[in-house]
Amino acid sequence: MNEISHEPVLQQFPDAEWDEAAGAVIVPLGQARTMAEWLLSHGLDYCSNVTGVDYLEREVKEKITNDAGEVETVTRTEPARIDVVYHLYSMQNKTGPLVLKQRTSRDNAEAESLTPVWRSCDLQEREVFDLFGVNFKGHPDQRRILMWDEFEGHPMRKDYTEPFDYEWEPTPHNEILEKHQKGKVIV
Amino acid sequence: MSTAAAPNYELIQQEGLETNLLEVSMGPHHPSTHGVFRMDVKLDGETVVDLRPVFGYLHRNHEKLAENMSYLSSMPFTDRLDYFNSMTNNWAYALAAEKLIEVEVPERAEYLRVIMAELTRLVNHVTLIGFFINDLGALGTPLLYAFREREKILDLFEQASGARMMCNYFRFGGLRNDVPEGWLKRAGEVVDRFPYFLDEYEQLLCENEIILSRTQGVGNLPRELAISAGVTGPMLRASGVAYDLRKVDQYGIYDRFKFRVPYTEGDTGDCYDRFMIRVLEMRESIGILKQALAGISEGEIMGNAPRVFKPKPAESYGRIEGPKGELGFYLIADGTPKPYRYRVRPPSLINLTVLRDMCLGGKIADAVIILGSIDIVLGEVDR
Amino acid sequence: MSILGGGIFKGMAVTLRNFLGSYTNKKERLPTIDYSWRADGALPQGIGDYPKEKGEQLSDTTTVTEYSRNFPMLLHDGGEPMDTVRCVACQICERECPPQCIYIEKDYDENGKYIKRPAVFDIDVSVCMSCQICVEVCPFDAIVMNSQFELSTPDRFGGLLMRRDNLLKSNDYYHKIHPEEAAARDAKIAAEKAAKEAKKKAAAEKARAAAEKKAAEAAKEDAK
Repeated sequence: MNEISHEPVLQQFPDAEWDEAAGAVIVPLGQARTMAEWLLSHGLDYCSNVTGVDYLEREVKEKITNDAGEVETVTRTEPARIDVVYHLYSMQNKTGPLVLKQRTSRDNAEAESLTPVWRSCDLQEREVFDLFGVNFKGHPDQRRILMWDEFEGHPMRKDYTEPFDYEWEPTPHNEILEKHQKGKVIV
Repeated sequence: MSTAAAPNYELIQQEGLETNLLEVSMGPHHPSTHGVFRMDVKLDGETVVDLRPVFGYLHRNHEKLAENMSYLSSMPFTDRLDYFNSMTNNWAYALAAEKLIEVEVPERAEYLRVIMAELTRLVNHVTLIGFFINDLGALGTPLLYAFREREKILDLFEQASGARMMCNYFRFGGLRNDVPEGWLKRAGEVVDRFPYFLDEYEQLLCENEIILSRTQGVGNLPRELAISAGVTGPMLRASGVAYDLRKVDQYGIYDRFKFRVPYTEGDTGDCYDRFMIRVLEMRESIGILKQALAGISEGEIMGNAPRVFKPKPAESYGRIEGPKGELGFYLIADGTPKPYRYRVRPPSLINLTVLRDMCLGGKIADAVIILGSIDIVLGEVDR
Repeated sequence: MSILGGGIFKGMAVTLRNFLGSYTNKKERLPTIDYSWRADGALPQGIGDYPKEKGEQLSDTTTVTEYSRNFPMLLHDGGEPMDTVRCVACQICERECPPQCIYIEKDYDENGKYIKRPAVFDIDVSVCMSCQICVEVCPFDAIVMNSQFELSTPDRFGGLLMRRDNLLKSNDYYHKIHPEEAAARDAKIAAEKAAKEAKKKAAAEKARAAAEKKAAEAAKEDAK
């Protein structure tokens, strides 16, 4: 399958970063819509997948070479963030994926909606709003899609706890699950 | 919800007669909505003025479940996404996971994967056409003729994997077990018999004046809207775009098979186009099956996947041409035996983006037909 | 020439053909009551009469084929079940089960030493989704899939929890319901046993040869 090169994107938008490990272009704040329109005019007419990824604050160990030329392990704290990932393809040229990521913080998560550019982002951005809590500016119809409208909370976040379900009834499987959770089995 | 007129729509007030819009919820329990799917329609008489699809009744948060279990343990759950096509769901997940590690799938396994996928495509299209004609009012006869053929193929699946629908057959690097003795011969018999069934079906349906008048011109989907809305699969090809992942990506060993991709000429597609494209795709699938059954050789069915599946931190997006459209899996691995992020790109959900555009202005009966031609399965829409 | 309604009449001809064919050509027109894909190609007996042994409910062999799977069962090699049970309570299937429906407790003797048997082996059949992963990961071939499906019970709160004694079935029963798979499994066990024996023998040979060599050298030393 033909690949798409990300070089022209980085040339056109010098603020954008290229994440080598993930193979994705990190979109700078506020430029998502302009970048999307530029990409659409250059043949990327099909947005295949829009999704969110939640990262809590965590410590990352990295091996870097310091000034003396030795390799040492450095721990740094990565701030918490939510990524909105877009996979873009070109149907005209039948070329491969270009991955865009919009980064936003976990409190007051906001991103720019790319629905006016690609209509397929419509329902998927609604799902990211529903399950992660990211507010998309410029989305024509932002409301919950999979959970019911009065639901509170965002289920796909990593720190989501289930509410107390008062309709629960004891069954044999609950005993089994409790015994699992008491640490008798390593899962 | 108010029954005031939707924007851009004028109610004609007749002398002495006060009209309002009728709001109907084609509710979750409905025989024609292909599952627990609800449409809030606003009607002026019989014309659809506004339509809002509501789903989420089958939401099981499969993506979150997969974050708590190992990669292999989510394989049975992928069967239950699009519950008619469990084999292709398994293949899409296996493809995404195999991109995370270096493993080579042996040739016999690749051939068997193609055979299972094309049999699944036959099962799906035959089921869909049966239900589509059922929604039109044919009340069961063509549906059960179609299900007769589906039974034969489900018997084949049962012999290969042990279960008719929830097969759980694919593994990372190959398949779970080899097909039993005589399976290939029996599969050949089913495939040889299928074109006669298709001929009979076409004679039953494709010149039927009722079907022609009810599906032609109904549910027009222009090409630009289809591409922009991310519609894939037979619906996209009915709107004039020749984009089939088996030819574009050539995953597996699809580059060894000669087959054509049917698509319509012109710029728009209606329900009749989508129906006929599926019939033509079934014939192409039979061609691929014959080539695969002739070309398969003896060998191993499992490659050298590691015993404990613990990929290094990486991301992968694996997609296949499922019978309903592009089914994709997006996996983020972080070095532990459980995935960090597991995302299913559901074709049925994305294809529903254009439901409202196609239904506005038509009759309520047409809305049922248009929904039938989109081919949704709620297990996939809601996950 | 096309009559108005000609297409409909053609369709009705197909329906008529199917209707008459359901009397004359049962194999082609009514495949669902005819499981003609049995391993030997023979047509099954009439529905409803299936062989049942006293006290043991065999799976319904006329409506379930040799390949279908339903819920798991524990294997033992004949005689008193708990003497020859293959399961050693290693708890691997419990770990790998996707819906976590298995619960195992190891068995200990009077001194507190672990003996290789399960004391408790519960499967909650209302949760089990017949995915067969427990069968795949078991290193001792102790758990395989049964095909019994007549398990309904009016007791909502415990009737679908299968305990260890319900789950124990003999290897002969396994051969009856899944002949091909059981034969393959027995062959695999026999091959592994043979390989282990061969390895032991080769190691013994090597040890003997080394001992002989040493003895020969010692004798040479003495002779000098």
